[in-house]
Amino acid sequence: MASRVERIEQIEGSKAVARAVAACRPQVVAAYPISPQTHIVEEVSRLVRTGELTPCQYVNVESEFAAMSMCIGASAAGSRAYTATASQGLLFMAEALFNASGLGLPIVLTVANRALGAPINIWNDHSDSLSQRDSGWIQLYARDNQQAVDLHPLAFRLAEELSLPVMVCMDGFVLTHAVERVELPGQEAVDAFLPPFRPAQLLAPEQPMTIGAMVGPEAFTEVRYLAHTRHLRALTVLPRLAEEFRAAFGRDPHAVLGEAHLEPGGTVVLAMGSVLGTLADAVDELRAEGLPVGLLGLTLYRPFPAEALRLALARAGRVVVLERALAPGVGGIVSADLAAALHGLPDPPEIRTVIAGLGGRPITKASLCRMLADATAGRLPELLFLDLERDVVERESGLLEKAPDEEGAT
Amino acid sequence: MTGTRFYQVGSYAAGNRLLDPASRAEQSRAGRPNSLTMGHRACRGCGEALAARYVLDAAERATGGRIVTVNATGCLEVFSTPYPESAWRLPWLHSLFGNAPAVAAGVAAALRAQGRTEVRVIGQGGDGGTVDIGFGCLSGMFERNDDVLYVCYDNQAYMNTGVQRSGATPPAARTATTLPVGGDPGAPFGQGKDLPRIALAHGIPYVATATVAGLRDLEAKAARAMDLHGARYLHVLSPCPLGWGTGSGEAVRIARLAVESGVFPVFEAVDGEITGVERIRRPVPVEEYLRPQRRYAHLFKPEPRPDVIARIQQAADRNIVRYHLLDPDEQAAQGS
Ligand SMILES: Cc1ncc(C[n+]2csc(CCOP(=O)(O)OP(=O)(O)O)c2C)c(N)n1
Ligand code: SF4
Repeated sequence: MASRVERIEQIEGSKAVARAVAACRPQVVAAYPISPQTHIVEEVSRLVRTGELTPCQYVNVESEFAAMSMCIGASAAGSRAYTATASQGLLFMAEALFNASGLGLPIVLTVANRALGAPINIWNDHSDSLSQRDSGWIQLYARDNQQAVDLHPLAFRLAEELSLPVMVCMDGFVLTHAVERVELPGQEAVDAFLPPFRPAQLLAPEQPMTIGAMVGPEAFTEVRYLAHTRHLRALTVLPRLAEEFRAAFGRDPHAVLGEAHLEPGGTVVLAMGSVLGTLADAVDELRAEGLPVGLLGLTLYRPFPAEALRLALARAGRVVVLERALAPGVGGIVSADLAAALHGLPDPPEIRTVIAGLGGRPITKASLCRMLADATAGRLPELLFLDLERDVVERESGLLEKAPDEEGAT
Repeated sequence: MTGTRFYQVGSYAAGNRLLDPASRAEQSRAGRPNSLTMGHRACRGCGEALAARYVLDAAERATGGRIVTVNATGCLEVFSTPYPESAWRLPWLHSLFGNAPAVAAGVAAALRAQGRTEVRVIGQGGDGGTVDIGFGCLSGMFERNDDVLYVCYDNQAYMNTGVQRSGATPPAARTATTLPVGGDPGAPFGQGKDLPRIALAHGIPYVATATVAGLRDLEAKAARAMDLHGARYLHVLSPCPLGWGTGSGEAVRIARLAVESGVFPVFEAVDGEITGVERIRRPVPVEEYLRPQRRYAHLFKPEPRPDVIARIQQAADRNIVRYHLLDPDEQAAQGS
């Protein structure tokens, strides 16, 4: 039998992901450095240089826009294409991101999640990938480095089955720079799981094809409708592939949802990414004290697994959505999707939004426990900024909005 | 369609009907590939359509039909691919306005990774997609020496969006954003990019300029470019009847006047060194080139602007000296 596990290592998340990507045998990697993605592409470039990843063209490009554009060309020419970025780099790619999905090109992109400026901030939150929510990319969020590793072969497989691009999001620094125990999948097992790329459309002189025609009003809606239905197919294809993955590698990749302790009437906290680790500890602690608290991790964010969430949350009393990004003027981003998904349930749970960990602010277990205890007691406001420093807010707003008549006021 | 009707009306070029078949122009061969086939939606007399057809047919022949094409957004892309139709008979991809050089480089990287180096890549775009929004990607492609021939069809403005100024719009020309009003009518002097010279400075294997007035030359340059590997750049002056305000039968004549006046130098360079120029056979003052174009009408009436025309003449004269465009004999005669 092919080795399921090549080795178990204490390894940095970025390196682990780079090795997993290499095992997927991308043929073209074009990347531009940005913290905290750098270690991923450095390691991939090293693997290409040393011949451990071959045949592969690693291209040092002049921008993220060029990186994604090169991936578009490479993918259309029939090569498995990969890149990684974060934050401003993802925004710089934005125009090409929509294009890659519109053209149906199965590119895989790792996002080392980082806040968006201004103010410039290199630390982690999810505002970068969530800003590309409607780019037509499938979005997966890893809770730890093991899952980040596992999601990559799965992402290539999914992308190529659907002919759609997939974004694997992992928290910058928190995961990318953390050294953890990770099982790296064996090359033979990955080869068995991920067959060579067979493109659905190909630029080849043998069979000339026009890709990227100009579509007018008479057919644009139809083309977009088809894109929507194809995107939705991930909801059925991904669970099947996850099952195959489990059979091949002996691990459940929790590709759609990961849940624990969901019980009728209880409070469930829903979150994406590395905060799920701290949340699991907090939930355990509160449950030991007898509080009915459960946990739901969201791996697949686009397409939004509305049906799976309805099933999981139908009997919850209250859902706290812990969000790592902010939609200014609205509040939570995931909360809005969840509210739409739960709409029409006979006895829908109350939804609360908690904005936490923006720009790398640590999310401590103590704060989470306090917040969840408040939630179960029904004391949580509709929108809460966790650990907001009131004195900083007051000082800054005082500076910004210094009104003349406030001077001298007590 | 059969039969060939290729000869240049009113030109000083020899027609090729008397040549032996082997040395005839690609377009005069019955077996020409028609890469960009009839029925597309270009305006009548479009220089860009003419140039693209010549470049790609010649490149097809030079490579035995093993080409992949990548196109920037612009007239050429829009008029050739109205879904569900396509005027392209070779593999063709459109992605965005500003990324054709990078997409083409990605195709080249993929072919290299697959060991399919016999398949060659051509990127193409208008002057806007090339000198402005796609410039970063183009420079990156040059700097990495990616195995791509990039062709710029220079019609000197953003035609597809309604004739606005680009970084290649010449001084004094009227566009929708450089109107002939105010003290300095038209596009300003001292701005804009001379991309062939910027390409030269990258030291890439091949840089050439050409026009639709020298179609045999254009074919030959496209073919020569396909004989070489690495980053190659071909800049083709492609008059636009709509944007320049010229008759639909005039693209070739106007392009010839651009060459003969020195406004557009035609040269070829290998590894950053100029190896050949097209000499001016019948020198003309720039006025002869400017006068038939409505985009320069404000230089002639209601108020003639000999001062502006003189500045354009100066630039043309500088080209003539810089690129040695006149025959030494003729130059001596001119000087006397
Ligand atoms: C990012 C972006 N900005 C603007 C446009 C609008 N746009 C499309 S084509 C074009 C001008 C094309 O000009 P040029 O490259 O010179 O080609 P031409 O149409 O003149 O052949 C512009 C501005 C676009 N498609 N994408
Ligand atoms: S506007 Fe100009 S470049 Fe565009 S199709 Fe018409 S003639 Fe050609």
